[in-house]
Amino acid sequence: MLGDSSLKYRVREDCITGWLLKVPVLIAVGMLVLFFVVLTAKSWPLLTGGNFWQVLTSSEWLPSEGKFGLWPFIIGTIAVTFLTMVLAVPVSVLAAVFLNEFAPKKLKAMALPVIDVLAAVPSVIYGACGVIAFIPMVKALGGALGINTTGRCLLTAALVLAIMVIPVILSIVRDVLAAIPQEAREALLALGATRWEATYHVVLKLALPGIIAAIMLGVSRAFGETMAVMMVAGSIPEPKPSLFKAVYTLPALIADKYGEMLSIKMYDVALMTAALILMVVIAFFNFGAHLILIRLRRKY
Amino acid sequence: MLAWRRFVERFWIGLMIAMLSIAIISVLGIIGIVLWRGFGALSLEMFFSLKFSPVTGEPVGIANSIIGSAYLAGGGVLLACLISIPLALVLQREYLSENIITAVTVILDVLWGIPSIVYGAIGYLILMSCHQRASLLGGIVTLALLSVPIMTRAAMNVISLVPVQLRETSYGLGATRWETISRVIFKQALPGMATAIMLAFGRAIGDTAAVLFTAGYSDKLPKSIMEGAASLPITIYYKLMMPGQLAQRQAYAASFVLIFIVLIVSAVSRTLSNRLSKYTVK
Repeated sequence: MLGDSSLKYRVREDCITGWLLKVPVLIAVGMLVLFFVVLTAKSWPLLTGGNFWQVLTSSEWLPSEGKFGLWPFIIGTIAVTFLTMVLAVPVSVLAAVFLNEFAPKKLKAMALPVIDVLAAVPSVIYGACGVIAFIPMVKALGGALGINTTGRCLLTAALVLAIMVIPVILSIVRDVLAAIPQEAREALLALGATRWEATYHVVLKLALPGIIAAIMLGVSRAFGETMAVMMVAGSIPEPKPSLFKAVYTLPALIADKYGEMLSIKMYDVALMTAALILMVVIAFFNFGAHLILIRLRRKY
Repeated sequence: MLAWRRFVERFWIGLMIAMLSIAIISVLGIIGIVLWRGFGALSLEMFFSLKFSPVTGEPVGIANSIIGSAYLAGGGVLLACLISIPLALVLQREYLSENIITAVTVILDVLWGIPSIVYGAIGYLILMSCHQRASLLGGIVTLALLSVPIMTRAAMNVISLVPVQLRETSYGLGATRWETISRVIFKQALPGMATAIMLAFGRAIGDTAAVLFTAGYSDKLPKSIMEGAASLPITIYYKLMMPGQLAQRQAYAASFVLIFIVLIVSAVSRTLSNRLSKYTVK
């Protein structure tokens, strides 16, 4: 079976492949470092220009005059993410608890693969559906409440994003719950607790760090989502976000303006600063969430 | 007292069922709406024709973006395989210490979480520094970068399922690390690897923000790898924003095809891994 099976050859082969296989490890680690270095280098003029704080907090976005205030975009991204989480977290956490603790086996076996598939549906599809269904719906809702809105607004963006994020949070929370040992529940059930009491007092308490991690991952997903938001959010910079007003997020800013960025001085620097902010915030959330999940996995 | 506790339990279970229904109905509703609209817009001409409309000069179908997407996602995933599969094979205790494996795993997870728009921006910067315009090659490289963490994590999961006894038997017979990895573990994990590759393909073909600046857009089929190419997600995005019946119909049809591909890919990868795993040792 082996071409040359002398021990010396085999050991040398093992040694060489052992070194060669380290190359992909370097590439993977290098990717993260490269991303960070490239973006930092590109946004260096703004970072060190002395008024970086002003760039972050100013609302003046006039690229032709060299004024790049990122504040409306930052607050827009935060507002969309926050509202998304308010809508998505109760739904996904409670649904996950039900699926893992109370649902009959058949429902569980059917629902879980469906959720996995749904998590893979591309974001542009959610955006398209937002355009087809949610924009008219929110417009009608605004009309009913006597508010003049185009339907391309913060609420629509958050609704679409919430539906997108639900499968993500749901499947992570489900995994965390499934890892909690059965004995923990049985101990309380044996004392005469109802199933809900066992779930509430033991399972949820043990799973809390995991649920927080799942929410953090959901936040980072919502924070960085580009297409679904861009298609329904209206893209007008607003320093004070409001439910029925248009909103502009950092990812949408980058995707919208990249075409113009080479024609105006410093424009590319400002956009890459936006990308750097995005990446640092999301990497931070992701890193924290995965540390929590690793700890949990070691525990159980 | 007991009655009250029972009532509390019922209340929460009712609430949870309501939440699960909201989750399932809203997400299935989204897919349903798009599939329904898209199905109405489908036709043979839409699907296969590469001709241009004599009135507007725009293509009459979406064949160019279907083919463009296949090139982009296929190329990207093939390129990513070259890094991901060896990476998944080497992230094991024979080669690296536990701490390094954990560290690289976390790095991969963080990379997975980085939004595709950032990958797109990086890809664009790389293209600019090479004095290239948006092209098929740029899109493929960006999608490859995007797919590496996804594919590697999936492949790692598959490899972790290989029974320990197999590995121990191989070492017990005097095999080297390389022989064990390449002839025992890789073969065992092969069906699962196919699943990992398809998973990455499903992600790559649906990604919009990463190819927005890097692959460009073209009504024609790319003649070389240095030309821009259309892709399904970008067609959906552009055409949905355009006025006019034809553009709208194209957007719906493209959404239908894209969802269809993603659903089929994930269904096939599930059955494929069941089928192929018949021939592996359990």
